[in-house]
Amino acid sequence: MDLSSINPILLLASLMVAATPILLAAIGELIVERAGVLNLGVEGMMITGAVCGFVVAVSTGSPWLGFIGAAVGGAFLALLFGILTQYLLSNQVATGLALTLFGLGLSALIGQGYIGIKAPSFPDWHIPLLGDIPIIGPIVFQHDPMVYVGLILVAATWWFLHKTQGGLVLRAVGENHDAAHALGYKVTRIRILAIMFGGACAGLGGAYLSLVRVPQWTEGMTAGAGWIALAIVVFAGWKPWRLLLGAYLFGGMTVLQLNLQAAGLAIPVEYLSMSPYIATIVVLVIMSAGRAPRSLGRIFHASR
Amino acid sequence: MITLEKRAGPSKAWALVTPLVAVALTMIVGGILFAALGKNPFETIRTIFLDPLFSEFAWFYRPQLLIKGAPLVLIAIGLSFGFRAGVWNIGAEGQYIMGAICGAAVGLAFHPMESRLIFPLMVLAGAFGGWAWAMIPGVLRVKFGTNEILVSLMLVYVAEQLLASMALGAMRNPEGMGFPGSRNLAQYPSAANLELIKDSGMHWGVVAALIAVIFAYVTLSRHIFGFQVRLAGQSPRAANFAGVNPAGMILICLGISGALAGLAGLFEVAGPAGQISIDFNVGYGFTAIIVAFLGRLHPIGILLAGGLMALTYIGGEIAQSNLGLPGAAIQLLQGMLLFFLLAVDMLTNYRIKFGKGGTV
Amino acid sequence: MTLLSLQGLTKAYPGVVANDNVSFEIGRGEIHALLGENGAGKSTLVKTIYGLVNPDAGSMLLEGAAFAPPEPRAARKAGVAMVFQHFSLFDALNVAENIALGMENPPPLQDVAEQVREVSDQYGLPLDPSRVVGDLSAGERQRVEIIRCLLQDPKLLIMDEPTSVLTPQEVTILFETLRKLASEGTSILYISHKLEEIRALCDHATVLRMGHVVGECDPSQTSAREMAELMVGAVLQVPEKPDKPAGNVALTLTGLSAPAPHEFGTALRDISLTVRRGEVLGVGGVAGNGQDELVAALSGEMRVSSGMVRMGDDDIGHMPPNARRALGLCAAPEERNGHAAAPDMTLIENALLTGNVRKELSSRGFLKWDRARDFAAEIIEKFDVRTPSAGSTARSLSGGNLQKFVIGREILQDPDVLIINQPTWGVDASAAASIRQAILDLAVAGAAVILISQDLDELMEIADQFSALNEGRMSDPRPAKGLTIDEIGLMLGGSHDMEVSHVDA
Repeated sequence: MDLSSINPILLLASLMVAATPILLAAIGELIVERAGVLNLGVEGMMITGAVCGFVVAVSTGSPWLGFIGAAVGGAFLALLFGILTQYLLSNQVATGLALTLFGLGLSALIGQGYIGIKAPSFPDWHIPLLGDIPIIGPIVFQHDPMVYVGLILVAATWWFLHKTQGGLVLRAVGENHDAAHALGYKVTRIRILAIMFGGACAGLGGAYLSLVRVPQWTEGMTAGAGWIALAIVVFAGWKPWRLLLGAYLFGGMTVLQLNLQAAGLAIPVEYLSMSPYIATIVVLVIMSAGRAPRSLGRIFHASR
Repeated sequence: MITLEKRAGPSKAWALVTPLVAVALTMIVGGILFAALGKNPFETIRTIFLDPLFSEFAWFYRPQLLIKGAPLVLIAIGLSFGFRAGVWNIGAEGQYIMGAICGAAVGLAFHPMESRLIFPLMVLAGAFGGWAWAMIPGVLRVKFGTNEILVSLMLVYVAEQLLASMALGAMRNPEGMGFPGSRNLAQYPSAANLELIKDSGMHWGVVAALIAVIFAYVTLSRHIFGFQVRLAGQSPRAANFAGVNPAGMILICLGISGALAGLAGLFEVAGPAGQISIDFNVGYGFTAIIVAFLGRLHPIGILLAGGLMALTYIGGEIAQSNLGLPGAAIQLLQGMLLFFLLAVDMLTNYRIKFGKGGTV
Repeated sequence: MTLLSLQGLTKAYPGVVANDNVSFEIGRGEIHALLGENGAGKSTLVKTIYGLVNPDAGSMLLEGAAFAPPEPRAARKAGVAMVFQHFSLFDALNVAENIALGMENPPPLQDVAEQVREVSDQYGLPLDPSRVVGDLSAGERQRVEIIRCLLQDPKLLIMDEPTSVLTPQEVTILFETLRKLASEGTSILYISHKLEEIRALCDHATVLRMGHVVGECDPSQTSAREMAELMVGAVLQVPEKPDKPAGNVALTLTGLSAPAPHEFGTALRDISLTVRRGEVLGVGGVAGNGQDELVAALSGEMRVSSGMVRMGDDDIGHMPPNARRALGLCAAPEERNGHAAAPDMTLIENALLTGNVRKELSSRGFLKWDRARDFAAEIIEKFDVRTPSAGSTARSLSGGNLQKFVIGREILQDPDVLIINQPTWGVDASAAASIRQAILDLAVAGAAVILISQDLDELMEIADQFSALNEGRMSDPRPAKGLTIDEIGLMLGGSHDMEVSHVDA
């Protein structure tokens, strides 16, 4: 074993990259859950985003268009969930599971002809001045653009939720949909929009895996990342900034175990591979202090 | 404008009809999908849903139906208790793997001794493995309020890694010339879960599944525990008022589903699969979720749904080899089935009204 | 001068005509009472005015112009504001946020907070805009709603049963606020079934029965009895309360204390009392002062330390609900749907819900469905529950009928101690009278009854002893006979000044 082969700067830098797909998916789910909807289909939307993004990027040669395609694909799948749960009033837990199973099948079908192809790559940004700062520069300021998109989304979500009227209404809908309805807010419409935003974000997260992190298409490549995103939302107590912490914690765990594998640690590979999942469970156990939105997962039906 | 109006009580007739409607819709949309993939939709649908039962090779496929259906039914019956009570164990796949590992471990430990006690011991170990794996989310939920959906699911990934580790390490066949995978239990008489009637597909797992169906039916309709399960799912506060202990309910429901999933894993590893290998699990634990819902969480319904789902597995394989249908299309078809079921399910509890809406 | 005129409003739901050709007028600056029993169509009517319900026929004129708000937003814009019976507030948000949600184009939250302070000073409704609503008392929560309405500068303010959650002192403050508003030209539509209140406050009253306007009157010139008979359409029977000496002590609470079961719950603090056989202990108090928690601690849903609750010689504080039922303690919680009964289950299953132990509806865990069916049928017959069959779901019953079923289920188990919370909430007058009579009969037969209610008239009517719950503390019981409304008010308000916000929750 050779631990000296692990470069701490590279480790921290790749931590930000490893955290990004989960962060993107989790920020979308946070908005969805703040609106009072529990969409367990994040995994399905992520993998659909991954394949849509990959296909679009390969056929157009543009990773940017790929990400847009991924967001559209994710949002479309989310819309199915929205129609089922909001208009047809189906159980959200069951529908979310169905969405995941459906998404896994759909993505495998779409991606058939794309296995083994390489995606057009995203050049890393080397941000002038900031990127030249020793140590911090390579860790924080030399990444691909999507890393920063993720960070901006976190900030924007916080601003939206706490500083805008729209955010206030969204929180109100998630807190007590009957009262929001009585005040005249369109509960169903707001929730559908939130669900689609969540799907688009999950799609971006998935595409980040297939276009940047891996970067190629394989079936089932999200490997539970969507579920981990769900766990991080709980961990974060439905607060955007703590989401960042959760995603970096998980990203750190992933990167560390990969580095340890590469360094030839005397622990079998399988046990290192399972460590991020175990870490997620441990974190869920320690941090279950947050207060969920009161209407989370409840079916809303405007009656007399 | 179309509005929904809540029925005074769930409609019994629609409860029976909706699964059939869902199957029909799946066939229609599936047909369109197959056509889009360049296949003949009618031939493909026939291959998937009818050929396993009625083609000239049906004698070969029918036993397969039992072999594929038994684990699905066994797991889905267990899940149905929890789903009714609002306890969401979606990590049955992991419990299935752990049941297989524990059961196989007992069998392999006795190799090459022959005794009638070995197989029963394996069965116990299998049930224990699944039960113990399900107790992790159970205890965490009861003690710390941790979300059982996420924990049980995370444990699937952990179990898959454990399985790989076992197949490559601790349980690898010493005479296997370095190939991954354990000894073949099907070739070890005391540990084998062989067909009870030759060429029928009938093995102990099928028997266990049928017993589970009867047990669940009696419990849900005639026993106070079944009543409490339904009550806990429908109105948790009323259940508490009626004296149902919420923590106990969570542990029992997770325990039942874990143990049954573990059993399914054991019967699979000792019979049809034969050995612990990296690709031992084929998603029965997830498909069983579809089976449970498709069967409307009712034991008889689950039995029928398990058969239907086994049909799509086998028919899907036939369509894959004969028509070149991609395997993913079958997975999609199964997901679609659950989708349609959830969509039309609304008809049981709501009435559709056309015309001017009463509420804004 | 007329502000709002309703002309022939009609609204039908499947199986029931909620409003049938309803017409009346509300004058400017007038406090107009809308009077009627539950189910008379009051809620549908105000929802129509507020834009939550579109009428099938009829029209409205606001200040002479056609008024047909398609949604509440439009109604608010036109100057109609409403304070709901079940508060439409968001527990996790603070006061300013809650108020901003009810405004069209709200200014930044700091400005909202400033406006809240101004209005609350002006009308004597103290409220801190930065507090989280979930921590507020019922009276304070109502203030949030009222201030939310006042900030809109409404022409018409609709108040739906506003006093059901208030102490008598809080009612006085509310009335002063409403009179001040009316004197400034705001019209108020005041919905209630409390006749004395209406007589004290309102200028004019419209009485609804079964969706029809059955009369109009000047409440100050009309006796409560006349209005009651208009409202009910029949002469009411007052329950009989025979004089009977109380028996042995049936239930003893000694220093009963328990932490709040959830974030916005109330802790029980050092409650000690005894209830004797044949006695009805009435427990008054404003909602949210520990009523639910007290019922839970007595029914066994919430376990407490040993020694705190005794039934005769048995220490039952640690026992689960069914063990207590076996000893003869039954309970009926306030919330019918989802707590006392499971809404999606049949009445047979709901009979089994609490009746299993005392009525022996199972043996070795196996259910005797025929016995459960008989028990359900017995409840339906003896308590006059109107339902097509015992196989109907609980949610298909009207509130009053389900309440009769729930109370009947507990009484027919022949308990030695019965705990009831709000037995006649939302129940029409004749059903309420029969429920009260059944409770009295049970006491006469020798059971001890704890009756928790926010309806003081009800408590005075049937309780022998009266006590009040305030922030989880209970006052010493006093004989109900001869208590004045002022004394009760003092007991309900506790010793603290209710104008001061409570710090602990």
